[in-house]
Amino acid sequence: MTSVDAVVDRVFRDETGKGVAALIRVTGDFTLAEEAWQDACEQALRTWPARGVPDNPAAWLFRTARNRAIDRLRRDQVGREKTAAAARIAALEAMGDDMHEIQDDRLRLLCTCCHPALSLDARVALTLRTVAGLTTRQIARAFLVPEPTLAQRLSRAKRKIREAGIPFRVPPRETLPERLDGVRAVLYLVFNEGYASTEGDLLRSELCDEAIRLARLLDTLVPNEPETAGLLALMLLQHARRDARTDDAGDLVLLEDQDRSRWDHAMIDEGLALLEERAPAGPYRVQAAIAACHAAAPRAEDTDWPQIASLYGRLLELQPSPVVALNRAVAVAMADGPDAGLRLLEPLAEDLDRYHLYHAARADLLRRGGRSEAADAYRRALDLVTNDAERRYLRARLASLPA
Amino acid sequence: MKYLLLIYADEREWENTSPEGRQAMYEEYGALMREAADKGQMLGGDELAPTSSATTVRVANGERLVTDGPFAETKEQLGGYFLLDVDDLDAAIDFAARIPAARNGSVEIRPLVDGP
Repeated sequence: MTSVDAVVDRVFRDETGKGVAALIRVTGDFTLAEEAWQDACEQALRTWPARGVPDNPAAWLFRTARNRAIDRLRRDQVGREKTAAAARIAALEAMGDDMHEIQDDRLRLLCTCCHPALSLDARVALTLRTVAGLTTRQIARAFLVPEPTLAQRLSRAKRKIREAGIPFRVPPRETLPERLDGVRAVLYLVFNEGYASTEGDLLRSELCDEAIRLARLLDTLVPNEPETAGLLALMLLQHARRDARTDDAGDLVLLEDQDRSRWDHAMIDEGLALLEERAPAGPYRVQAAIAACHAAAPRAEDTDWPQIASLYGRLLELQPSPVVALNRAVAVAMADGPDAGLRLLEPLAEDLDRYHLYHAARADLLRRGGRSEAADAYRRALDLVTNDAERRYLRARLASLPA
Repeated sequence: MKYLLLIYADEREWENTSPEGRQAMYEEYGALMREAADKGQMLGGDELAPTSSATTVRVANGERLVTDGPFAETKEQLGGYFLLDVDDLDAAIDFAARIPAARNGSVEIRPLVDGP
């Protein structure tokens, strides 16, 4: 990447959310705001390499995007839309030139993109497109859907925002906590899609980076929210293990077998520091505390499993779900032996019968207990798994069983 | 914006509600309607007679096909509606959440298309 490209890339990433959010507030039109911003970025790519990067690239982009929005409104207005367009043009002109003086509307943008009246798929796509500034192509690739499908998903979401009257604003105090929960859920979903992709390659690290960036942004926009800090800590502590999670062949390396010197210790320290502040333990904080137990162990055998088992017990109270119960069973098995874990797995059999990790966990515990049913459990997990790296891992385990 | 709030609930549950229970429910609806009216948001709202009184009409090849009963047999039936004029979807959601039937049934919010 040339230096101009690097600057352009950084400015686009850093400023898109803010610029688009401001244009949406003034025009009330997602599509117009995005297209105008896109125009400005394209113009930057054409002119900056030859003429040099302007002194204040963010201000240049914003001014250009605003002018492109005005051009588009002038060009497209017809009939009765003329009055509305004129009002928008006047509002855009009144915004002024200085991007640093315009109000930061990114929280409104996040709340609107993550509105519960949109489908979860739409919330994820819209947040990555509009707030994070990823291109439609990048998002489509990350989620392994054809680009036209994703483009359609985005345009349907924007139409719903317009037609259903989803407001572009920060929700009032009464509903803000539940809406922030919704925003965090979307960010965590983006992270998890990168962390444990449901199909194909195990790691799509750029989605994790994006989710972390957005969580940092949320933490800046609404500070002192323990669950946002918890979510950020959780992501950092998990993502710190990225380089150690797969081997050279792209195969999954279990936590206990990972080369801990390959963990990103700066990222771990940042995650741990976020947890130092005393705060009520919400689900993200508890999960981050679990990740912290792993991060704090110099060797796998130093892991404080009783503490992890107890944290999973706490998480199960906050978030009763069979998947959390499964994780708790595994932690209990590590603390008290495979039989204790298997006993906790039994009542989950019905709920988790279609979940490959249930059968994989059960198979591992049966294997460690030297039980012959392990082979059938690995086969069942293999029937259900969709991720290539996990499939190879399960096959290797199955093959290693004594005949 | 104008929104139609469609109230769906299991009408058998309503049939089995005691007179006192019904009275309490009507009072709750009444209070909600008055509040919306006072704010100038209320464009209309009514309770519908049960689906046993429903008639469905289709026209195929110019011929009328009239059948007894609702369009679809479902566990929850359309039992009433509010027609509101409020600022945005969030306001409509806040209102819908206070409709008594939202507690054991559901409320579907449909924006009205702006007329030409």
